[in-house]
Amino acid sequence: MLAGTAADARIRPAGELLDAATPRSQALRRAADRGFLVLCLGFTALAVLILGVLLFSIWQDGHLRVSMDFLGNYASRKPADAGIRAALWGTVWACGICAVTALPVGVGTAVWLEEFAKPSRFTSFIKLNISNLAGVPSIVYGILGLTAFVRAFGMVDADRPIEIGDPDTFLYLRLPFGNGVLAGGLTLMLVVLPIVIVASQEALRAVPRSLRAGSLALGATPWQTTWSITLPAAVPMIMTGAILAVSRAIGEAAPILVLGVPIFIRSVPNNLMSDFTVMPMQIYDWANRPAGPFHELAAAGIIVLLAVLLTFNAVAVVIRQRLHRPLQ
Amino acid sequence: MPDAHSVTRAARAASVALGRGTPRSARVREVRERAIRASLVACATLSVVTTFAILGILLVETGQFLSMPEVSVTEFLTGTTWAPLLGGKGQFGVWPLVCGTLLVTAIAAAFALPVGLITAIYLSEYAAPRVRATVKPVLEVLAGIPTVVYGFFALSVITPFLHDHVSERFSTFNALGAGLAVGIMILPIVASLSEDALRAVPRGLRDAAAALGSTRFDTSVKVVVPAALSGIMASWLLAITRAIGETMIVALAAGGMARMTIDPAAEVQTMTAWMVQMFGGDAQATGVEYRSSYAVAAVLFAITLGLTMVGNLILRAFREEYD
Amino acid sequence: MPPRAIAAAAAVILGLGAAWTAAANAPAATPDKLRGAVKVDGSSTVYPFGEAVAEEFSKKHPNVKVTVGQSGTGGGFKRFGAGEIDFANASRPITKSEVAACEAKSIAFVELPVAFDGLSIVVNRGNDWVKQLTVEQITRLFSADGKVSTWKDLDPSWPAEAIKLYAPGTDSGTFDYFREATVGKTGKIRSDMSVSETDNVLVRGVEGDRNAIGFFGYAYLVANEKRLRAVPVVNPKTGAAVMPSPASIEDGSYAPFGRPLFVYATVAALDRPAGLAYAEFMLEQAGELAQEVGYVKLPDAVYERARANLKARRTGTQWLDAEGKDRHGPISDLYR
Repeated sequence: MLAGTAADARIRPAGELLDAATPRSQALRRAADRGFLVLCLGFTALAVLILGVLLFSIWQDGHLRVSMDFLGNYASRKPADAGIRAALWGTVWACGICAVTALPVGVGTAVWLEEFAKPSRFTSFIKLNISNLAGVPSIVYGILGLTAFVRAFGMVDADRPIEIGDPDTFLYLRLPFGNGVLAGGLTLMLVVLPIVIVASQEALRAVPRSLRAGSLALGATPWQTTWSITLPAAVPMIMTGAILAVSRAIGEAAPILVLGVPIFIRSVPNNLMSDFTVMPMQIYDWANRPAGPFHELAAAGIIVLLAVLLTFNAVAVVIRQRLHRPLQ
Repeated sequence: MPDAHSVTRAARAASVALGRGTPRSARVREVRERAIRASLVACATLSVVTTFAILGILLVETGQFLSMPEVSVTEFLTGTTWAPLLGGKGQFGVWPLVCGTLLVTAIAAAFALPVGLITAIYLSEYAAPRVRATVKPVLEVLAGIPTVVYGFFALSVITPFLHDHVSERFSTFNALGAGLAVGIMILPIVASLSEDALRAVPRGLRDAAAALGSTRFDTSVKVVVPAALSGIMASWLLAITRAIGETMIVALAAGGMARMTIDPAAEVQTMTAWMVQMFGGDAQATGVEYRSSYAVAAVLFAITLGLTMVGNLILRAFREEYD
Repeated sequence: MPPRAIAAAAAVILGLGAAWTAAANAPAATPDKLRGAVKVDGSSTVYPFGEAVAEEFSKKHPNVKVTVGQSGTGGGFKRFGAGEIDFANASRPITKSEVAACEAKSIAFVELPVAFDGLSIVVNRGNDWVKQLTVEQITRLFSADGKVSTWKDLDPSWPAEAIKLYAPGTDSGTFDYFREATVGKTGKIRSDMSVSETDNVLVRGVEGDRNAIGFFGYAYLVANEKRLRAVPVVNPKTGAAVMPSPASIEDGSYAPFGRPLFVYATVAALDRPAGLAYAEFMLEQAGELAQEVGYVKLPDAVYERARANLKARRTGTQWLDAEGKDRHGPISDLYR
């Protein structure tokens, strides 16, 4: 028998079975095995079935309302005229800002943790923070975004904001940000940052040490090594992580809700301070109305949202398959 | 192994390094290297800043809430009536909201933890590769569905089903409908993480058990699961943490009535639903009801932070070392 | 993949995205000159009206960005007093403390009544036992001291089943108005109710539970007529049970729950072309749009006076007298 390992404790139950190998107990054990298999199959099938019922019911409720008009119309009090245009573009802007800000910061953090930092109390503290932040409910990030971005901690009087530029153009900034699309994007960045960091860390760890060693041996500085060797090698996995993060951001409604975006909006953002709404918020508004045509609109909105997410995930799978080959 | 591509890159980097070996450019390189390092450290400290910002905001606002004349700390922490909205003297006992959250979470966990674990066992111990290749993407899709979709599913499918086929007591807003939807939402988390933990158990243990004559059931349940227990429990805790923090499903389907009850057919209000109700109105932060949502957020944050840290402890303390 | 290629790809994607966004943002075919932003927020009761006005106005002036929120009358006034919004929708007149908040920030406002509403008491379609309710019964049902938990407590001939109550929260003007009409301004409403600021949520609650009762604006009843049933309320003065309807709301026989709905405008917003155009458009279309969404239009004379007050920028509220006490009475008498 295997001696002196933790595996001992595990083998004991099986050893006990040897002593009890009577025909009747054997039959019982086989019955238990079969019964358990049935249970496993049943539960797994249940998971698949639930997804099927979910997608089918939403398709049934909403597919008739999905059309180019639905994508091009703004929300309306009349269900027949209503569409998801403002929410769709708001999502593009907010999640775009989220991606553009979360990627550098997240990858930068991972690079520092994996490539540069010497293990110390400070680095373990940072790692602890990141793992704790991953478990924080997204509505709490909304509260942080409300205080930090929308209201700038109260440091700038909202009555007399600092404004630069013309609101009708793209080049317009206002401090405090108010509940514009920049505040939304930054709040979403906070939500997805832990995901980007962890994915980037794993990507960097997957790059073989030998590549870095070779580069350093040839005289490159650590940063040159990282920038020219390690990062490019880690790009496929980082991009997969980024896509996962953006997918999460696209589906988040709670933080945006807390920021206080308007329910009714018939315009597309044109600068970073513009009012906006996102697809999950529009779906939430329609779903809150009594059953009927607005629920069909909610289902149609969900179909559009899921289609966007599916596309993203398909891109991630393609990237994973295409770009992963060089390292192997 | 380094391939031609990366060696060329390394050589190029090296030639750059070697070619610019003059003292002045070396200093420039030093400065740039240090500047880049500084910005990387700044990125890393953002996570710390975020945590402290959250803590700071919640503590300050909760302090302001608790110091308001209508509110007492003991009532907040021990009271069982939450009725701030209704004029006269508001009552601010937080337990009804916590109870609502726990009821919905308990229903979700009762569904998702066993089903998720069994599914994980099946995928890791029993399933043929083809079945795995079909079911794993299903779980990934389920994991990626936005929670507002589950909320909609709860009120358009689950609740009518409960009302029509189980009992008339299930009205529009009930804990069971919301709880089941939250359960479906956390199911993929339990299944994926438990499966990872199960697969991390070395083949040797399974082979040894099989050699001793155990059935697959014996192996899975009496050998592999105990070996992967820390990972499984960590996955359960993570799923419960997600369920506690869930907002959109309960905002749509659980209701707006804060009370102490364990009746699944009852309408309840969770901590997150209360926060939605207050923040959704974006009133200026002066009313006592509005401030109360910060205090509720603080309680929520404390609970989820506690669970996350317990999960990390479990992972570290009970992780089996095999070699 | 070399970093430069990634950067190039990213630049191309961003460039395409920017171009696409600009195209989506392109002004409509009609080169309408009016630009600017109009922020509206406030009552959930007035929201259907506000939404209709905003929508029709946006169609006429596509380059003005109108946003409408649903923070509740109280929430709307708080934002109004902080200078965050231009128009506050309200299902009750502005209060003394809210006026003080505006004065503290030097925000002058113009008061514009826009429609009549009959606050409707609503029960589930499956409720066939409640034929009418007196104000006394309603007060007892909703008051904190009423000790009513089953239908039988209200009327011995009704079933002994627990009542499920649905009500708006304290940011709601409907709630304030209801409280004043039943238990009085300082009275206490019971706390074991299902509460939501969003009237649609109350509608969903009442329609899903046989023993439910709730109250909200008439437009929500009209929008969901097939699923809900309004309860006739016994007029305290005449003793007759009156169903809410456009006629009974307009002539005042549906009492005591008939009330005007308001929109308050900041003078600062009216000084901007977009804000002024919005206010003028709203008053012009108010009668028609109010009726379309299910409310009752005010007498033409009242709309005339509102337009005159708008033009003259008459500030302050006429529902509070010089000492800050509430004024009551029919709108034609009160509003000059």
